[in-house]
Amino acid sequence: MLPIHVYLFLSLILFTIGAIGVVTRRNVIIILMSIELMLNAVNINLVAFSRLVGSAEGHAFAIFIITDAAAEAAVGLGIIIAFFRNRETLLGDEMDLMKW
Amino acid sequence: MVDQVIFHFFAALAVISAVLVVTRRNVVQSAIFLITALLATAGIFLQLHAEFLFIVQVILYAGGIMVLFVFVIMLINLDVSLHQVQFNRQWWLGLLLALVVGAQLVLAIVIGESKVSFGAPAPPTALEPSTQLVGHVLFGEYMLPFEIASILLLVAMIGAVVMAKKKI
Repeated sequence: MLPIHVYLFLSLILFTIGAIGVVTRRNVIIILMSIELMLNAVNINLVAFSRLVGSAEGHAFAIFIITDAAAEAAVGLGIIIAFFRNRETLLGDEMDLMKW
Repeated sequence: MVDQVIFHFFAALAVISAVLVVTRRNVVQSAIFLITALLATAGIFLQLHAEFLFIVQVILYAGGIMVLFVFVIMLINLDVSLHQVQFNRQWWLGLLLALVVGAQLVLAIVIGESKVSFGAPAPPTALEPSTQLVGHVLFGEYMLPFEIASILLLVAMIGAVVMAKKKI
Protein backbone atom coordinates (compact mmCIF):
# COMPACT_ATOMS: atom_id res chain seq x y z
CA MET A 1 0.00 0.00 0.00
CA LEU A 2 1.00 3.63 -0.45
CA PRO A 3 1.78 5.81 2.58
CA ILE A 4 -1.33 6.43 4.65
CA HIS A 5 -1.41 10.21 4.16
CA VAL A 6 -2.04 9.80 0.45
CA TYR A 7 -5.35 8.10 1.22
CA LEU A 8 -6.16 10.70 3.88
CA PHE A 9 -5.58 13.51 1.36
CA LEU A 10 -7.79 11.84 -1.22
CA SER A 11 -10.56 11.40 1.30
CA LEU A 12 -10.16 14.99 2.54
CA ILE A 13 -10.43 16.34 -1.01
CA LEU A 14 -13.52 14.27 -1.81
CA PHE A 15 -15.12 15.28 1.50
CA THR A 16 -14.48 18.98 0.79
CA ILE A 17 -15.94 18.75 -2.69
CA GLY A 18 -19.04 17.15 -1.21
CA ALA A 19 -19.31 19.78 1.53
CA ILE A 20 -18.95 22.62 -1.00
CA GLY A 21 -21.71 20.99 -3.03
CA VAL A 22 -23.95 20.90 0.04
CA VAL A 23 -23.49 24.58 0.89
CA THR A 24 -23.55 26.06 -2.62
CA ARG A 25 -26.05 24.11 -4.71
CA ARG A 26 -29.76 24.89 -4.79
CA ASN A 27 -31.12 21.65 -6.21
CA VAL A 28 -32.12 19.33 -3.37
CA ILE A 29 -31.31 16.13 -5.26
CA ILE A 30 -27.75 17.33 -5.91
CA ILE A 31 -27.41 18.23 -2.22
CA LEU A 32 -28.34 14.63 -1.35
CA MET A 33 -25.80 13.34 -3.88
CA SER A 34 -23.12 15.55 -2.31
CA ILE A 35 -23.92 14.01 1.07
CA GLU A 36 -23.40 10.57 -0.49
CA LEU A 37 -20.01 11.78 -1.73
CA MET A 38 -19.04 12.87 1.79
CA LEU A 39 -20.05 9.53 3.32
CA ASN A 40 -18.06 7.78 0.64
CA ALA A 41 -14.96 9.84 1.44
CA VAL A 42 -15.20 8.77 5.07
CA ASN A 43 -15.30 5.15 3.96
CA ILE A 44 -11.96 5.55 2.18
CA ASN A 45 -10.45 6.71 5.48
CA LEU A 46 -11.79 3.75 7.41
CA VAL A 47 -10.66 1.19 4.86
CA ALA A 48 -7.19 2.72 4.56
CA PHE A 49 -6.62 2.58 8.32
CA SER A 50 -8.00 -0.93 8.39
CA ARG A 51 -5.41 -1.93 5.81
CA LEU A 52 -2.67 -0.18 7.80
CA VAL A 53 -3.50 -1.91 11.07
CA GLY A 54 -4.37 -5.22 9.47
CA SER A 55 -7.74 -5.77 11.12
CA ALA A 56 -11.18 -5.94 9.55
CA GLU A 57 -12.96 -3.68 12.04
CA GLY A 58 -12.79 -0.67 9.75
CA HIS A 59 -14.55 -2.71 7.10
CA ALA A 60 -17.40 -3.39 9.53
CA PHE A 61 -17.73 0.32 10.22
CA ALA A 62 -17.69 1.07 6.50
CA ILE A 63 -20.56 -1.40 6.08
CA PHE A 64 -22.50 0.43 8.80
CA ILE A 65 -21.91 3.71 6.99
CA ILE A 66 -23.15 2.23 3.71
CA THR A 67 -26.29 1.00 5.54
CA ASP A 68 -26.76 4.49 6.91
CA ALA A 69 -26.37 6.02 3.45
CA ALA A 70 -29.00 3.67 2.06
CA ALA A 71 -31.48 4.56 4.81
CA GLU A 72 -30.76 8.26 4.40
CA ALA A 73 -31.22 8.11 0.62
CA ALA A 74 -34.55 6.29 0.96
CA VAL A 75 -36.00 8.72 3.51
CA GLY A 76 -34.48 11.80 1.84
CA LEU A 77 -35.83 10.94 -1.57
CA GLY A 78 -39.24 10.24 -0.03
CA ILE A 79 -39.19 13.68 1.54
CA ILE A 80 -38.19 15.22 -1.79
CA ILE A 81 -41.10 13.51 -3.57
CA ALA A 82 -43.56 14.67 -0.92
CA PHE A 83 -42.17 18.21 -1.05
CA PHE A 84 -42.31 18.32 -4.83
CA ARG A 85 -45.91 17.15 -4.81
CA ASN A 86 -46.91 19.97 -2.47
CA ARG A 87 -44.79 22.90 -3.67
CA GLU A 88 -43.83 22.07 -7.29
CA THR A 89 -40.19 23.00 -6.79
CA LEU A 90 -36.85 21.37 -6.14
CA LEU A 91 -34.95 24.38 -4.87
CA GLY A 92 -33.51 24.06 -1.40
CA ASP A 93 -33.85 27.74 -0.49
CA GLU A 94 -37.59 27.56 -1.03
CA MET A 95 -37.89 24.92 1.67
CA ASP A 96 -38.71 27.49 4.35
CA LEU A 97 -41.99 26.26 5.81
CA MET A 98 -40.49 25.93 9.28
CA LYS A 99 -38.52 29.16 9.17
CA TRP A 100 -39.77 32.16 11.09
CA MET B 1 4.80 0.57 -8.82
CA VAL B 2 1.66 -1.08 -10.20
CA ASP B 3 -0.02 -0.22 -6.90
CA GLN B 4 0.83 3.46 -7.38
CA VAL B 5 -0.43 3.59 -10.95
CA ILE B 6 -3.71 1.94 -9.97
CA PHE B 7 -4.22 4.25 -7.00
CA HIS B 8 -3.47 7.45 -8.90
CA PHE B 9 -5.73 6.43 -11.77
CA PHE B 10 -8.69 5.74 -9.51
CA ALA B 11 -8.01 8.76 -7.29
CA ALA B 12 -7.91 11.13 -10.29
CA LEU B 13 -11.09 9.54 -11.66
CA ALA B 14 -12.85 9.94 -8.30
CA VAL B 15 -11.83 13.58 -7.82
CA ILE B 16 -12.68 14.64 -11.39
CA SER B 17 -16.08 12.99 -11.32
CA ALA B 18 -16.79 14.40 -7.84
CA VAL B 19 -16.11 17.92 -9.16
CA LEU B 20 -18.41 17.24 -12.11
CA VAL B 21 -21.15 15.98 -9.77
CA VAL B 22 -21.10 19.27 -7.91
CA THR B 23 -20.85 21.56 -10.96
CA ARG B 24 -23.11 19.99 -13.62
CA ARG B 25 -26.33 21.81 -14.44
CA ASN B 26 -28.29 18.72 -15.44
CA VAL B 27 -29.27 16.42 -12.56
CA VAL B 28 -29.08 13.27 -14.69
CA GLN B 29 -25.48 14.03 -15.66
CA SER B 30 -24.67 14.59 -11.99
CA ALA B 31 -26.09 11.18 -11.16
CA ILE B 32 -24.03 9.49 -13.89
CA PHE B 33 -20.84 11.15 -12.63
CA LEU B 34 -21.71 10.14 -9.08
CA ILE B 35 -21.82 6.53 -10.27
CA THR B 36 -18.35 7.00 -11.78
CA ALA B 37 -17.04 8.46 -8.52
CA LEU B 38 -18.47 5.57 -6.51
CA LEU B 39 -16.99 2.98 -8.88
CA ALA B 40 -13.59 4.69 -8.67
CA THR B 41 -13.83 4.49 -4.88
CA ALA B 42 -14.62 0.81 -5.25
CA GLY B 43 -11.38 0.46 -7.22
CA ILE B 44 -9.50 2.09 -4.35
CA PHE B 45 -11.13 -0.38 -1.93
CA LEU B 46 -9.87 -3.21 -4.12
CA GLN B 47 -6.39 -1.71 -4.09
CA LEU B 48 -6.61 -1.71 -0.26
CA HIS B 49 -7.43 -5.46 -0.19
CA ALA B 50 -11.04 -4.91 0.88
CA GLU B 51 -12.64 -7.30 -1.60
CA PHE B 52 -15.91 -7.69 0.28
CA LEU B 53 -16.40 -3.93 0.53
CA PHE B 54 -15.58 -3.60 -3.16
CA ILE B 55 -18.45 -5.91 -4.06
CA VAL B 56 -20.78 -4.25 -1.53
CA GLN B 57 -19.91 -0.84 -2.97
CA VAL B 58 -20.58 -1.91 -6.56
CA ILE B 59 -23.81 -3.78 -5.86
CA LEU B 60 -25.33 -1.65 -3.12
CA TYR B 61 -24.05 1.85 -3.82
CA ALA B 62 -23.55 2.02 -7.56
CA GLY B 63 -26.37 -0.46 -8.13
CA GLY B 64 -29.05 0.05 -5.53
CA ILE B 65 -28.82 3.59 -4.21
CA MET B 66 -28.08 5.13 -7.59
CA VAL B 67 -31.05 3.34 -9.17
CA LEU B 68 -33.16 4.94 -6.43
CA PHE B 69 -31.72 8.37 -7.27
CA VAL B 70 -32.20 8.02 -11.03
CA PHE B 71 -35.72 6.71 -10.46
CA VAL B 72 -36.66 9.77 -8.41
CA ILE B 73 -35.01 12.10 -10.94
CA MET B 74 -37.05 10.53 -13.73
CA LEU B 75 -40.19 10.80 -11.59
CA ILE B 76 -39.85 14.53 -10.93
CA ASN B 77 -37.57 15.72 -13.69
CA LEU B 78 -38.37 19.31 -14.53
CA ASP B 79 -37.30 21.07 -17.68
CA VAL B 80 -37.91 24.25 -15.72
CA SER B 81 -35.11 23.50 -13.28
CA LEU B 82 -32.56 23.58 -16.12
CA HIS B 83 -33.21 27.28 -16.63
CA GLN B 84 -33.02 28.28 -12.98
CA VAL B 85 -29.97 29.64 -11.23
CA GLN B 86 -28.13 26.57 -9.95
CA PHE B 87 -25.95 28.06 -7.23
CA ASN B 88 -27.10 30.08 -4.24
CA ARG B 89 -25.32 33.13 -2.85
CA GLN B 90 -23.30 31.19 -0.29
CA TRP B 91 -20.21 30.92 -2.50
CA TRP B 92 -18.17 32.64 0.23
CA LEU B 93 -19.01 29.80 2.60
CA GLY B 94 -17.77 27.26 0.07
CA LEU B 95 -14.63 29.30 -0.49
CA LEU B 96 -14.04 29.50 3.27
CA LEU B 97 -14.48 25.75 3.55
CA ALA B 98 -12.01 25.11 0.75
CA LEU B 99 -9.48 27.50 2.31
CA VAL B 100 -9.75 25.90 5.75
CA VAL B 101 -9.30 22.43 4.35
CA GLY B 102 -6.42 23.60 2.17
CA ALA B 103 -4.71 25.07 5.23
CA GLN B 104 -5.23 21.78 7.02
CA LEU B 105 -3.61 19.96 4.11
CA VAL B 106 -0.55 22.19 4.15
CA LEU B 107 -0.30 21.92 7.93
CA ALA B 108 -0.59 18.16 7.76
CA ILE B 109 2.18 17.95 5.17
CA VAL B 110 4.52 20.34 6.95
CA ILE B 111 4.05 19.30 10.58
CA GLY B 112 2.32 15.96 10.56
CA GLU B 113 4.62 13.80 8.55
CA SER B 114 7.62 14.27 10.82
CA LYS B 115 5.74 14.06 14.12
CA VAL B 116 3.14 11.36 13.65
CA SER B 117 4.35 7.90 12.81
CA PHE B 118 1.92 5.10 12.09
CA GLY B 119 4.54 2.39 11.76
CA ALA B 120 4.90 -0.05 8.93
CA PRO B 121 1.69 -1.28 7.27
CA ALA B 122 0.48 -4.78 7.98
CA PRO B 123 1.39 -7.47 5.45
CA PRO B 124 -1.09 -7.77 2.58
CA THR B 125 -2.09 -11.24 3.74
CA ALA B 126 -3.42 -9.89 7.07
CA LEU B 127 -6.84 -9.27 5.54
CA GLU B 128 -6.77 -12.36 3.39
CA PRO B 129 -10.15 -14.14 3.53
CA SER B 130 -11.84 -10.75 3.44
CA THR B 131 -15.46 -11.90 3.69
CA GLN B 132 -14.70 -14.32 6.51
CA LEU B 133 -12.90 -11.70 8.59
CA VAL B 134 -15.61 -9.10 8.09
CA GLY B 135 -18.22 -11.68 9.06
CA HIS B 136 -16.33 -12.55 12.22
CA VAL B 137 -16.10 -8.90 13.23
CA LEU B 138 -19.68 -8.12 12.27
CA PHE B 139 -21.30 -11.08 14.02
CA GLY B 140 -18.89 -11.22 16.95
CA GLU B 141 -17.90 -7.96 18.51
CA TYR B 142 -20.37 -5.74 16.64
CA MET B 143 -23.45 -7.90 16.94
CA LEU B 144 -25.54 -5.24 18.73
CA PRO B 145 -24.72 -2.42 16.29
CA PHE B 146 -25.55 -4.82 13.48
CA GLU B 147 -29.01 -5.46 14.90
CA ILE B 148 -29.52 -1.75 15.51
CA ALA B 149 -28.61 -1.14 11.86
CA SER B 150 -31.32 -3.57 10.82
CA ILE B 151 -33.85 -1.69 12.96
CA LEU B 152 -32.64 1.55 11.31
CA LEU B 153 -33.34 0.03 7.89
CA LEU B 154 -36.82 -0.98 9.02
CA VAL B 155 -37.53 2.53 10.27
CA ALA B 156 -36.21 4.02 7.02
CA MET B 157 -38.45 1.68 5.02
CA ILE B 158 -41.53 2.69 6.97
CA GLY B 159 -40.53 6.35 6.68
CA ALA B 160 -40.10 6.13 2.92
CA VAL B 161 -43.50 4.43 2.52
CA VAL B 162 -45.20 7.08 4.66
CA MET B 163 -43.49 9.90 2.78
CA ALA B 164 -44.58 8.58 -0.60
CA LYS B 165 -48.26 8.42 0.38
CA LYS B 166 -50.78 10.29 -1.73
CA LYS B 167 -51.76 12.83 0.91
CA ILE B 168 -49.37 13.99 3.58
